[in-house]
Amino acid sequence: MRKLLNTLYVTTPDSYLTREGENVIVKIDGKNAFRIPVHTLEGIVCFGYMGASPQLMRLCTDNNVGLSFLSPSGKFLARVNGRVRGNVLLRRTQYRRADNREDSLDIARAFIVGKIVNCRTVLGRSIRDHGESINCNRIRGADDLLIENLLKIEGCMDPDTLRGIEGNCAKYYFDVLDELILLQKEDFYLYQRNRRPPLDNMNALLSFLYTLLAHDVESALETVGLDPYVGFFHTDRPGRASLALDLMEELRPFLADRLALNLVNLRQLAGKDFYKKENGAVIMTDEGRKAVLGAWQKRKQDQITHPYLKEKIPVGLVPYVQAMLLARYLRGDIDGYPPFFMN
Amino acid sequence: MRRRRYADDDLLALSGIQHFSFCRRQWALIHIERQWEDNLRTAEGHFIHTRVDDPFFFETRGDTVVSRAFPLVSYTLGFSGVADVIEYIRSLEGISLPDHEGLWRLNPVEYKRGKPKIDECDEVQLCAQVMCLEEMYGVTITSADFYYHEIRRRVHLSITDELRNTVRALADEMHDLFERGITPMADPSRNCRSCSLVNVCFPKLTKKKQAVDRYIQKHVNDAAITDY
Repeated sequence: MRKLLNTLYVTTPDSYLTREGENVIVKIDGKNAFRIPVHTLEGIVCFGYMGASPQLMRLCTDNNVGLSFLSPSGKFLARVNGRVRGNVLLRRTQYRRADNREDSLDIARAFIVGKIVNCRTVLGRSIRDHGESINCNRIRGADDLLIENLLKIEGCMDPDTLRGIEGNCAKYYFDVLDELILLQKEDFYLYQRNRRPPLDNMNALLSFLYTLLAHDVESALETVGLDPYVGFFHTDRPGRASLALDLMEELRPFLADRLALNLVNLRQLAGKDFYKKENGAVIMTDEGRKAVLGAWQKRKQDQITHPYLKEKIPVGLVPYVQAMLLARYLRGDIDGYPPFFMN
Repeated sequence: MRRRRYADDDLLALSGIQHFSFCRRQWALIHIERQWEDNLRTAEGHFIHTRVDDPFFFETRGDTVVSRAFPLVSYTLGFSGVADVIEYIRSLEGISLPDHEGLWRLNPVEYKRGKPKIDECDEVQLCAQVMCLEEMYGVTITSADFYYHEIRRRVHLSITDELRNTVRALADEMHDLFERGITPMADPSRNCRSCSLVNVCFPKLTKKKQAVDRYIQKHVNDAAITDY
């Protein structure tokens, strides 16, 4: 299996990225503050105002290193794409399949099955681990609704119905996710999912993790030569990376939600790591973001056995492997898209 | 049988014949899927080629004139590429060179990393280079050389009819797959261990017996929360 490399998160707002030979240089106040060889990097996520030199961008695109810019508060601004990668035949196939209703639906169903099964696993895990201290009946009730909808997917023959199923399931799941927050209940609660802007700490944390995941998923899709903007479940909309959003569906519960719960339940984050603006919008402080990034990086190193490949891989490669499996399905190597199921 | 002539647009990378002879799927992943991953071997290859790859290098040493990074093309094989080194050796017959008197015999030299371990992949690549030169200059070339970086020594290759036929057959097969845009299934073998693309290829994947439908169904069934 491919080696998982590091992602460089640049969190100092006044830093500027440049290139020196094959090295990435982080400059702060015009002075070289940090240097790292590009071949050790998987991606760079930059939370600054200053940006990066075109030479650095080229170094990244040449070396297949994803480069994204986020605002200091973690809002996505831009990513740098080099020349279109990969195979025009693969992209054509992707577009043709995306234009074909039945084909799209087949793939979309797999994404959503993956998502709902993984949501159930998150809920089930907490019942198993904390059954005494949480309201199991509420969670079981939500799970019954998830099962009911899961069973409808196979026979679902129309995309709007599938979107309806997905929307309902997201609601059932987020309705009870609050039960899974075991500690610091006064600072962390989830009454509903909101994101523009997030109105409480938990929503701010989830949004931030989804942004990190989106960077990784988009990079993974581009690496295997798929077009992140042409999706099968999410419809085309200018500026929206629909395929990245599709692939994120099945990965959110495993890579983001689970981690958010752990950060709170293990007290790696506290109320003071969040800041409420006068309009009610909640943003994370520098300290909070650093704690999340640290945990995210660490989580990516954990080894798991991929359920379909039956091969040991680091968690950080899951987006890449799923992108690869999707590309391989579109090119005819396998007879379906095998979504990622967490265990 | 008269062979077809390819148009400029249909030419494939000559260097691909080496990949193709090593593994059909590896070639397709590089040339059709456009996936490429460096590993230690390929990085070493780039390094030893940096000196050879100087198209402005042209040197006379006694009875030998040396040209580097020489562009090659064959419209009957449908290949274009670059030869590491072409030597022109003073001879009684052969081609004439601008600014040089007399006649010159052509001798391509292909630089290789490591020790001599000439396998068919290397042989067909050098032979294809020879066939390009023959077509470009209208000459017949009966031998060529490998230069092995690790031992800094040359190894001679005779260009036999059998080798030429192998090259023609591989070229036909490459063009056929390329036109149809087909990436062949993997045929897992010892080669996979030294392949720089093994992480992109997933050789086992194409041999999977497990149908994706059944895989999904199994996980849907297994995720029964009521067991907890």
